[in-house]
Order: sequence, then C-alpha cells, then structure tokens
Amino acid sequence: MRKLIVQHVSKQFGGLRALNDVSFETENEILGLIGPNGAGKTTLFNVISGFLKPTAGEVHYNGQSLHRYRPHRIVALGLARTFQIVKPFGDLTVLDNVLSGYGMPLYRRPKAFFRRYHTPVTERAADEILALTDLTEYRDALAESLPIGVQRRLEIARALATQPDFLLLDEPAAGLTAHEAESLAELIRTLHARGKSIIVIEHNMAFAMNLCQRILVLAQGELIAQGAPADIQSNEQVINVYLGKR
Amino acid sequence: MSGYVISVAIFVGIWVTLALSLNILTGYAGQVSLGHAAFFGIGAYASAVMAVRYGQPFWVDFIAAIIITGVVGTILGLPSLRVRHDFLVLATMGINFVVVALFKYVDFFGGAMGLVNIPAPSFFGATFRGGTPYLILVWLYVLFVWAVSWYISKSWVGLAFNAIRLDEDAAAAVGIGAARFKIYAFGISAALAGGAGSLYAHFIGSVFPDTFVFVESIAILSMVVFGGMGTLRGPIVGAIILKAAPEFLRFVQDYRFTIYGALLVLMMLFQPMGLLGDDSWLWQQLKRWFGRKSAPPKVSEEVTP
Ligand SMILES: Nc1ncnc2c1ncn2[C@@H]1O[C@H](COP(=O)(O)OP(=O)(O)O)[C@@H](O)[C@H]1O
Ligand SMILES: [Mg+2]
Repeated sequence: MRKLIVQHVSKQFGGLRALNDVSFETENEILGLIGPNGAGKTTLFNVISGFLKPTAGEVHYNGQSLHRYRPHRIVALGLARTFQIVKPFGDLTVLDNVLSGYGMPLYRRPKAFFRRYHTPVTERAADEILALTDLTEYRDALAESLPIGVQRRLEIARALATQPDFLLLDEPAAGLTAHEAESLAELIRTLHARGKSIIVIEHNMAFAMNLCQRILVLAQGELIAQGAPADIQSNEQVINVYLGKR
Repeated sequence: MSGYVISVAIFVGIWVTLALSLNILTGYAGQVSLGHAAFFGIGAYASAVMAVRYGQPFWVDFIAAIIITGVVGTILGLPSLRVRHDFLVLATMGINFVVVALFKYVDFFGGAMGLVNIPAPSFFGATFRGGTPYLILVWLYVLFVWAVSWYISKSWVGLAFNAIRLDEDAAAAVGIGAARFKIYAFGISAALAGGAGSLYAHFIGSVFPDTFVFVESIAILSMVVFGGMGTLRGPIVGAIILKAAPEFLRFVQDYRFTIYGALLVLMMLFQPMGLLGDDSWLWQQLKRWFGRKSAPPKVSEEVTP
C-alpha cells in the first residue's frame, strides 16, 4: 500500500500546458524528478499535494482518489511536501516551526483549544526531529533570520514533523554547498531506510543520479523518460533536452 | 475614588476587553478588521433587547450577548473566507455600516432613538448603576478576556492562528486549514466583544446606534496597533492610554477620532510593532532596565562556509 498513482494528469494555465498527460506510479523508493526550468515539476507537486486542481486526470494515494481533498487534508493522509521557494513561519522560532507540523493530528479537533503546544512531550518529539535534521543549534532562533540552506532543512524538518509516509521535496539541495548537499542526501537515505517514500525534485543531474533509485524526466510538461539512473543518463532524448536541442 | 474616576475606569476596562478581543482576530490570526464596533454593538443591543423587551436579568443578558454575538460574528466571518486580505478590510467595514443601519432603521431595535431604560443590574438583591461593584465586575471581565487570550496564545489553536497569519500555504502544508481558524478567530473575537457590549449597555442604561459606528472600529484598532498588536500587554496599555487620555485632557476629547487616525498612521510608519511590541524601541529599553532575557537571537549575520 501507500502507493502514489498519478493518472493522465494535465494542467493548463491559460494557453500554457504545464503538464500534459503525465502518468506514473511510485511506492517505497527514492524517486527523482528532473527536468529543465519550467518543465512542470513544481506544478506536478502542487497537483499531488492539492494546491492545484488538475485540468484532467487524477491522483490516487493509498488506494483513494485525492480529487476532493484540499491541501491540509492531504497532509493528514500522510503525504507531506516542502516548497521550492521556502515558506518558513518567519516570526516563529525553529522549534515552533517544527511544532506546527507536529500538531497536525490535532488541528481539526476541539482538543486543539485546550492543549498547550509547549510541553515536555511535544518538545522532546520536536527535538528529535531537530537532531535528525541537524538543526539543534538553531532551535531558539527565529526562522526568518536563518541562512537559506538552514531554512531548506527547516522546511524538511517541519514536513517531517507531520509524520508523513510520503515526502515530496521540491529542490531541497538548491543553493546548498557541496558539503551541505551531501549531508542532505544522507538524511534522505536515512528517511528512506526508516520506511518513507520520497520524491525529490533536483536540478543537479549528478546529485539525483547518485541519490535516487529511479528517475522521471519531465520536459515541457511531458514525461519523456523514466528508469534507473544509468538508463536515464544514456537516454538520447534526455541528453537532447539537457543540451537544449528540444 | 470619585464617581468620575470610577466611571472612567469602567469605560477603560470595557475598551481594554474590546482591544484584547480584536487582538485575537487581528493580532493573532492576522485578519485585519475595521468592523469590531459592530460586534460591540451587537452585544450591547442583544443585552438591551433581552433586558428591555424580555425583562431578563443582567446575568441572562450578559451570557446571551456573548453567545448571540459569537454566533453572529461566526456567520459574518464566513464571507471573509472568500476575500483576499485587502478586501477583508473593506468587507468588515461594510459589515459595520450594515449593522449600524439595522440598529437605526429596525423598530425592534428602537431606531435612531435607541433602546432606553435598561434596568440597573442587581446582585444578591442589591441594585446598582456603576460604582465600585460594577468597576470590579468590569475588571473581572478584563481578567477573563486576558486569561482567554493568554490561554489561546499557548494552545495549538494559537499556533495555528500564527501560522495562517504568516503564510496560509505553509499552514496548509502542515494540516492547518485557514478557513477553520479564521472562523474560530471571528467567533471568539466577536463573542468577547459581545460581552463588552453587554457591560456597556448595562452601565449606560441605554444604547444608541451612533455609539457603534465605523470610527469606533478605527479607535479600537488604533488601541491595538498603538500598544502592540499580537502581544497581550500591547492592547491593554493601548486601550488604557487612548481611552483614558481624552477623558482627562478635555481638548483631546473633541479631536479624539482625528488623533486616533493620526496615531494609527504614525505608528504604522515609525513603530509598526506598536509601543510595546516585541521589537519596539520602548519594549527593548524596558527589557534592558529590568534585565529580562532578550528576544530569540538572530543569526543572519553568520557566514556559511
Ligand atoms: N500558477 C501559475 N499560473 C500560471 N503559470 C504557471 C503557474 N505555475 C507555473 N506556471 C508555469 O508553468 C510552467 C511550469 O512551471 P513549474 O512547474 O514551476 O516548473 P519547474 O518547477 O519544472 O521549473 C512554467 O512555464 C510556469 O511559468
Ligand atoms: Mg520548480
């Protein structure tokens, strides 16, 4: 179970077809999603996570259609995402950002009124996630004051705090140093080893090839190739796209 | 204390609860409202109607005012879910005008002549209009509204309010549906303002539409912004200063609303966090004098290798 199925998804923005009949399935893997700028990668994430309704097609998760679900309900199903343009709660501390994710199961219940969000139990849970994402030293800093690389990790930490089974990471390595990128890859492998399925959008071909078990290539809204990293690397069409001949 | 000072302290207490209640909607949840006086008025009129038309005692009027205003506030908050931020300001303004018009033109509400002869509250057989017992009652309500505000700020709902104020998309990504929490904020904020309205109606003994007009909404918002939106101390201090000053400085009284408006603009320009907001000059000074722990450290200066 916990299979994500994207079926014939298209998304039209006025005259622009950002996604064109995209179909794939994924389950229990680190799946890479690559493609040039404007290929439709983020749009695909927006459709899966409910932020955009597809013009055509459907997304199924865990055996059920996500058609009628709004974003805050999709997280509750165990499908969490990060944003390419990071969206930390700037005025809140790193700890409170993580706690905001940890509270996910409570927000729709009356308990949310009566329970305090700072308790030894909640803080311990958040601290574990901070340790895992290497954010412990920033715990009490305001999110807006952090360097971009740290904000990207916070973005992941907050998504992780919702305890998802499935993680959608939108260019988590963008703007990171080589060293930071390597520890990010390590973190993603750890998460996968702990049973999470992951789709990661990545610009850097080498990074994706190294990290992912399978790769999807989007170009101008179309899924032009999918397969093992080695096959993708030698795929004519992919090479053309990346050399800009298309 | 002279009767006059007691009266002023009663008014100030009522306006402190108005500022604190608006602060939940605007300071916590980020929904700027220019219609808070409407909820104040609905509470006052609900109370007056219960007392004058149905002969109910003070406690019944008071509880009814809180419930009725909370329900109406929740319903009036619904359209605001569909409008963008800047239009919310207009929508709440519109609500204020409509509510005042209803008070004015519906006979049941007494029309322009208002509702008069609201009986003085009585407790344990003793009847009183104003005076020290009423002052205590009003400030007990201040304590209650303060406690509610404080508790919310510590609860998961408070964290969710922060989240939708700061970024609705990010909030959705952690399971916080903005609509639900906007409605909560409208409902709670309105209910608490309704209690203030009831206390006002029973203190004055009559209600008139003109008390609850749009400029009063601006006055209440000024108190919140002036003191420091989103904090607990800010709206309290803002309401005390801006409500008490005109009472003691006669010349200010006539230009009250002009001064409120000017203050609002000046604050937005020079101290957007308000007099006592977390980053405000005055609050930083106070913290230094009293040696309190400073705000969370900023680390943006750090150089990443
Ligand atoms: N909300 C939107 N409205 C209109 N056009 C959009 C919107 N979002 C994305 N697009 C367009 O859709 C295309 C795909 O964008 P995007 O999914 O962000 O690409 P990628 O993430 O692969 O770089 C781009 O041409 C972009 O300009
Ligand atoms: Mg993108």
